[in-house]
Amino acid sequence: MVGQGPSWDVVADIQLLLQFHFMQNAFLAGTLVALLAGATGYFVVLRGQSFVAHMLSQVGFPGAAAGVLLHVSPVLGLITFCVAAAVGIGWLGRDVEAGNRAESAAVGSILAFSLGLGLLFFRLYAGSAQGIYAFLFGSILGIADRDVLLTFAIAAAGLAVLVWMGRPLVFASVDPDVAAARGVPVRLVSIGFLVILALAVAITVQIVGTLLIFALLVAPGASALQLTARPGLGFVLSIVLALAFTWVGLALAYFSDFPVGFFVTSLAFGAYVVIRAPKTLPVRTRAVYA
Amino acid sequence: MPSALKLDRAAVRIGGGLVWSDVDLEVEQGEFVAILGPNGAGKSTLLKALLGLVPLSHGSVLVFGHPVRRGNDDVGYLPQRRRFDPDLRIRATDLVRLGLDGGRWGVPLPSAAKRRRVAQMIELVGATGYQDRAIGELSGGEQQRVLIAQALVSGARMLMLDEPLESLDLSNQQAISELIRGICERQGVTVLLVAHDVNPILPFIDRVVYVAGGHVLSGQPRDVIRTETLTRLYGAPVEVLHTGDGRLVVVGQYEPVSHHAIDH
Repeated sequence: MVGQGPSWDVVADIQLLLQFHFMQNAFLAGTLVALLAGATGYFVVLRGQSFVAHMLSQVGFPGAAAGVLLHVSPVLGLITFCVAAAVGIGWLGRDVEAGNRAESAAVGSILAFSLGLGLLFFRLYAGSAQGIYAFLFGSILGIADRDVLLTFAIAAAGLAVLVWMGRPLVFASVDPDVAAARGVPVRLVSIGFLVILALAVAITVQIVGTLLIFALLVAPGASALQLTARPGLGFVLSIVLALAFTWVGLALAYFSDFPVGFFVTSLAFGAYVVIRAPKTLPVRTRAVYA
Repeated sequence: MPSALKLDRAAVRIGGGLVWSDVDLEVEQGEFVAILGPNGAGKSTLLKALLGLVPLSHGSVLVFGHPVRRGNDDVGYLPQRRRFDPDLRIRATDLVRLGLDGGRWGVPLPSAAKRRRVAQMIELVGATGYQDRAIGELSGGEQQRVLIAQALVSGARMLMLDEPLESLDLSNQQAISELIRGICERQGVTVLLVAHDVNPILPFIDRVVYVAGGHVLSGQPRDVIRTETLTRLYGAPVEVLHTGDGRLVVVGQYEPVSHHAIDH
């Protein structure tokens, strides 16, 4: 990407990394996104809503395209489409999960249509393959100043609301019937979480794109929940992992010629495999670890 | 001292269908009450009405002298369920803690008093040995103990348990029944227990409430647990046998199924 490689002098390397404005923006936006994606991801995995996260990211694709087409920020299009879809899913209830056959078939059809619509919007704009590529695989190195600002506002608000509704959200996630009897507005909490998830998806798409979104929105939470069954610790761990994947991924991409999305997804996948592997071994082998 | 529970001409409708109606029922504080009846007769609906999760279409219900409301600290609830997902990664102690402040909004702060209260309840149900393990990894009996601690932790004076013995093996059914009886006696907690199979709890209960055919009746176990009474209530042949050591055993010829198709 640039002439100079890493020198293994950490301070000098960081100065090198941050010498250009686009890299400063990338690190800033990446950090903000990782904060909200990691925090939201903990609950996504706890609630078993990975499929919904995936679905929202695909619905966001035509939203981004519409944003480009209408000459407003693509992020605004993403947010509009994702939040609308989240409210729709929340309104339909929790049945829109992978386990429900009729629903998952319906959702599959909607997703295909959604991607097709995005394709049409991009074609109507200028036939720009570049734009499509950016939203499918992320475009963190091309983040504008106003997008950083919007990302900051969303990440800060999303994180604050998540922490504020943390206990009722955990309660409604693990034990909805008892939570309802104890006075938790389970339906409202569920819709509220979906809206935050939609916002997290919208800003995460900037970094890793529609297709690689699981790397920041599901993998850190999945790894954290494998490492600990303490809710507070798991929540923090999920954020830390998302931050680590983003920072290291960005640095590796900067000093090599390979895309950011590849490194972030590889790190996320690698960490999950390392954490999960000892638990999936046959019992006899596992005894050696214990 | 107000009654733990008082229903007055209560009725519930779900989706236009009358589940049961004209229910008059009074339960004294500290009683252990078994709620029996065929599948789909409205046993769980009765508990949900008492929790304020299902509205009455007619009549009134008072819990400890007050109208029902959700989030009442006086009442602990165990819904009917299958097991927790084996992959659910949250500790048993966290689940109990949710019963204390899981409904609160705001930043969760550490509290020594709450931690002590949770530890106390976990000890009461004998779950100390596995309180730090993930709930999904625990056996059915262990999960029920943790859930009873959760139901009690807010200071509940009444436990509503919906089929807590279902899917437990015989020795666990026995152990959980004894635990509930002990809590009822020592803590003065009123217990309403919905059961499909009356045999495991028969030695422990003070009273039987029957939900069948759109009506709710109540009586002493010795009056209700009789071949002719049960046969009439279930609408199917049921036999009550006396064992050598003086215990009662209820034997049905086949699984009783109500013709009311409402299963809540």
